[in-house]
Amino acid sequence: MHNLTIKQMSEKLHAGEITSVQLTQHYLDRISKYDAELNAYVTVTPELAIAMAEEADKKLASGDADLLTGIPVAHKDIFCTDGVKTSCSSKMLDNFIAPYDAHVVSQLKKVGMPILGKTNMDEFAMGSSSESSYYGPTKNPWDLKAVPGGSSGGAAAVIAAGLAPMATGTDTGGSIRQPASFCGITGIKPTYGSVSRFGIVAYASSFDQAGPMTRSAEDSAWMLNAMAGFDERDSTSLQREAVDYAADLGQSLKGLKVGVPAEYFGEGLDADVEAVIRNAIAEVEKLGAEVVEVHLPNKDLAVPSYYVLAPAEASSNLSRFDGVRFGYRCENPKDLEDLYKRSRSEGFGAEVKRRIMVGAYALSAGYYDAYYLKAQKLRRMVRDDFTKAFESCDVIMGPVAPTPAFNIGEKTDDPTSMYLADLYTIPVNLAGLPGISVPAGFVNDRPVGLHIVGPYFSETKLLNIAHQYQQVTDWHTRMPAQYQ
Amino acid sequence: MSLGKTEVEYISRLAAIAVEENEVDQVAAKLSNILDLFKQMEAADTEGVEPMAHPLDQVQRLRADVVTEVDQHEKLQAIAPSAENGLYLVPQVIE
Repeated sequence: MHNLTIKQMSEKLHAGEITSVQLTQHYLDRISKYDAELNAYVTVTPELAIAMAEEADKKLASGDADLLTGIPVAHKDIFCTDGVKTSCSSKMLDNFIAPYDAHVVSQLKKVGMPILGKTNMDEFAMGSSSESSYYGPTKNPWDLKAVPGGSSGGAAAVIAAGLAPMATGTDTGGSIRQPASFCGITGIKPTYGSVSRFGIVAYASSFDQAGPMTRSAEDSAWMLNAMAGFDERDSTSLQREAVDYAADLGQSLKGLKVGVPAEYFGEGLDADVEAVIRNAIAEVEKLGAEVVEVHLPNKDLAVPSYYVLAPAEASSNLSRFDGVRFGYRCENPKDLEDLYKRSRSEGFGAEVKRRIMVGAYALSAGYYDAYYLKAQKLRRMVRDDFTKAFESCDVIMGPVAPTPAFNIGEKTDDPTSMYLADLYTIPVNLAGLPGISVPAGFVNDRPVGLHIVGPYFSETKLLNIAHQYQQVTDWHTRMPAQYQ
Repeated sequence: MSLGKTEVEYISRLAAIAVEENEVDQVAAKLSNILDLFKQMEAADTEGVEPMAHPLDQVQRLRADVVTEVDQHEKLQAIAPSAENGLYLVPQVIE
């Protein structure tokens, strides 16, 4: 059953050939069988899943069902889920049972998607490898020695291994697209503001954006339809007319202008990854697209700018974890300051502490102009690069990451080397643009994703390009042999 | 840029995160590396560029000045480390 596309699952559910309870149980069985070695789930919720599946079956029987009704989903452990532990993979929230649902969770509940559990991630979404989780690293289903990417590494791994048909992710600096690339799945980060941030544990609010992680672009389009939309509880939620993200699936790519940034194929890009990406672009050309060279001259400024701004926002957002209202509290605090400082130093892991400290420093008197304000100016320059590039092309294509998945432990001692590997994804977050990672091949048996970035609100176009590419390639249908 | 013990203590206070004596050197080294990355920004000419705070240059949406929150303090305090009579308990602040 886990080899069916979402469309096939939906058809079988609606035709009564399978029930949501059967489908959900199938995934729960696979999770019991395989997750011990992958560590992709922080929490599995079998009772909740089956109860929700029973409800979904009633909806299906009564005819009051959506395309996704009855199809189970795994939520990244950053989405507050009423009555379920929502840890953000941190000791700080190890005891936190969310008292309400994130907007995305309630949207997917309304549709009737049973919740299989909560997926592992980098602590507070700060990382690119899912190694900083309090619950230990998630492993890449394609190679257990490799990281699955991060921060939505658990979500990418469950899709790749067939431990969930659909998963939610969040992307602040690449956290949907990079793990999607490393695990050979499809993941889209929509335009900033498209999906409500309500109930998503905040990391860097002017960057955070949720999106779907699935096998195919078609699956992602369907899921994004259920996730996106205006929500008054998110102050930066976009007030736009509802969009059907699947509307353009089926459009021809004839005449599509694909911009290829010269700067993305320079030093630092693995030669084999480059070959995969160039092949993928050639495939898109065969479908009728035209390739033009574009320039993103400020791309090297994106990483330092992001690593000032995101930690600065994090230092403010994470001040709520103070050992008073919820979450971890240290033993026997001697006074209030000791309570704050020790609860935070014992509750947060090393990378989270580093980012809070760097962010607080960047915002402090005497450094604000040199760091924070400067970084905000660079943010505009990076955004303007894209605006200019889109004058001569419809979308931009390039790599998601400079290498395939690296080995577990390879970069943990050198945080800045991990930061620098985010060079292709971060500019997209700085600008707030939509971007998608599409499986495009393998290097040393590890998957590689093609990155497609478009202007604001071009999700339907990105999804269609990915869909057309997936009509003539089969990378997205491949699964690691041991999980087939 | 290389941070010393004094700067680490200052940052520890700003961030309200305790740094143990034996961790100071390591924390200083890793933070210094990150600040070196920030240095790369200096070379960029940002003369006349407006800082950008939000991707879509949006203005804050306004809403009517009416109460929208419902009182659910019992539910929310049920997950507090220490609460009593509707109050969060912390170590004594005033003698």
